[in-house]
Amino acid sequence: MMKTNTSKLLAFKFAALLATTSGIAEMTPEEKGLKIAIESDKRDTGFRDTIVEMEMVLTNRHGESSNRKMKLRTLEGVGDGDKTLITFDEPRDVKGTAFLSYTHKVDADDQWLYLPALKRVKRIASSNKSGPFVGSEFAYEDMTSQEVEKYTYKYIGDADLDGANCFQIERYPVDPKSGYTRQVGWIDKEHYRVIKIDFYDRKNSLLKTLSFNGYQQYLDKYWRADRAKMVNHQTGKSTELLWKNYQFSNGYTDRDFDQRSLQNAR
Amino acid sequence: MRSGALKTGLLAITFLISVSLEGAEWSGYATAETRVFERSPLSDEQKGGVSAAVILEPEFYADWKEGDRAFEFTPYFRFDTHDGGRNIIDLRELSYLIVNGDWEVRFGVSKVFWGVAESQHLVDTINQTDLLANPDGEDKLGQQMIQVVRVTDVGDFSLFLLPGFRERAFPGSEGRLRSSRWVDTDKPLYESSAEEGHIDGAIRWFNIIGDFDVGLHYFRGTRRDPLLVPSLDVDGNSIFRPYYEQMDQVGLDLQYTNEGWLFKFEGIARDTSSKEYSAMVVGFEYTLYGIGGSAIDAGVLLEGHFDSRGSNAFNPLNRDLFFGTRLTWNDDVDTALVAGGFVDLDNGSVFARVEFERRIGSRHKIEFEVQKLTNIASRDPFFDLRRDSYAQLSLSQYW
Repeated sequence: MMKTNTSKLLAFKFAALLATTSGIAEMTPEEKGLKIAIESDKRDTGFRDTIVEMEMVLTNRHGESSNRKMKLRTLEGVGDGDKTLITFDEPRDVKGTAFLSYTHKVDADDQWLYLPALKRVKRIASSNKSGPFVGSEFAYEDMTSQEVEKYTYKYIGDADLDGANCFQIERYPVDPKSGYTRQVGWIDKEHYRVIKIDFYDRKNSLLKTLSFNGYQQYLDKYWRADRAKMVNHQTGKSTELLWKNYQFSNGYTDRDFDQRSLQNAR
Repeated sequence: MRSGALKTGLLAITFLISVSLEGAEWSGYATAETRVFERSPLSDEQKGGVSAAVILEPEFYADWKEGDRAFEFTPYFRFDTHDGGRNIIDLRELSYLIVNGDWEVRFGVSKVFWGVAESQHLVDTINQTDLLANPDGEDKLGQQMIQVVRVTDVGDFSLFLLPGFRERAFPGSEGRLRSSRWVDTDKPLYESSAEEGHIDGAIRWFNIIGDFDVGLHYFRGTRRDPLLVPSLDVDGNSIFRPYYEQMDQVGLDLQYTNEGWLFKFEGIARDTSSKEYSAMVVGFEYTLYGIGGSAIDAGVLLEGHFDSRGSNAFNPLNRDLFFGTRLTWNDDVDTALVAGGFVDLDNGSVFARVEFERRIGSRHKIEFEVQKLTNIASRDPFFDLRRDSYAQLSLSQYW
């Protein structure tokens, strides 16, 4: 009896091995979608922390644009979501304003705002997921860290995009307060980087498209784009993000992402 | 003190400009504003007509060691065409910050904010309020301080040593928004024999516990809000002299955040030689995001103000209810509108304000505000301001 069990187990293991080597053929589209998301997340695990300068170019439907400049510090979460501290430099009337966010895998995120004119730290409601981040085409939920647990997934096929061989997966936000019913993402098979995402609004109409460009590899492992563009198909407005001077592993700790640091950060 | 400190600051700046620094930067703004009052002033002494003011607040900031050492210098200048009492040269900031792991020390002239409420900052004690910058009480004077902070797993503990006191400024005899007897700030009275040289002190604990942000403080020293003592000037005219008592104060501020709801509480208990009393603000803010499918957020605010001294309180917010709304357009020019009003639950007096702002281009901002007092009862502390409803337009340039 013991023997049968062992051989059954072996047979199962063998089947699983076969499935893996033959391209996870036996998985349901949901399992395969999740597996791709986990792999993509795994390949970006271990970067510890980053600081980067980010410029935002907001363009309206008449082609007029305005700029925002900010600094983004990220501390990789261990067992929980990432911590992010954003300090604004331009426009000048909001210079010194800072935004601190603790992403959680399951629970609602925690967010604080620092207003330099009053030297005041304000805890703000994080239920504002779908609202625009600083007037841009990026919603708060697009800016905060993309934890695997925040979505359910479905693999829908393979597609070539800009010469890259991609998985196409759909993901569905778990939080009912999300502004989206679903997102369709293109992830390149070689490095599991997000190349493009289509966002569908609550009525399931195509709302926005986000495309990443100029991927560069840091520390021989982590891929970061140089620029990204979000186009809103319904309003004709767009927002471009330009990243400069990425620095990894600065030795940040939780102390660099607390109330005191929120007040002192520039 | 004021001009001495400013001189020291200017010297420091000259030095800092002469050495080249990484991460050193000038920023700041200049504002031109004009106020028009609804009615002529109460007294003949006060100047009527449209007034104007210019405000300049440059800021120099430099840091080293990835922000573990920082120097800030922020002088503040205001000149008013009608009210000499509004003219001021102040140091909002002249401070040096040292961060060493879980320890922080800041010394010099600086500003700290305590509290969570929107319509009154009850527990915010350290800095003197600059009511002449704006009657909304959001502006503060710089305060000389040594602040030591220890960050621990059970919260941040701050110790403040405050050598020297900043008097509250009041409108001059020609100014608007003043009591019928004007306050002669050249003749302050102090309970302490050390007068404005009294060394005040405070301790504060602040922590985040899940969805709660909690602060507790104890303050011992000079009251920031003076009592007003009726007196006569050299010509025999009736005036007030500000009287600064000593006080012991404990205070609690608490916010509970849940989805779109922010529940807020601030309370203080004060012991002075003239009176023991307590006061609190309790209320909530609820935000509706993206109203009607737009990007506009609408916030609703309700805050109740209570003071154990009742209608005898010198504080006009003794038994008042504040209703307010905050509209945020979330557009590329940060358009925002805040409107709110206090209703006195005992006498029905209404004090209302509307503030609108938006950016113009990348370096300018326009602000419009209206302050309206209506149905003011003769016993209400706002009674002397009953003819001082106004509209104000201001344009600022930032660099």
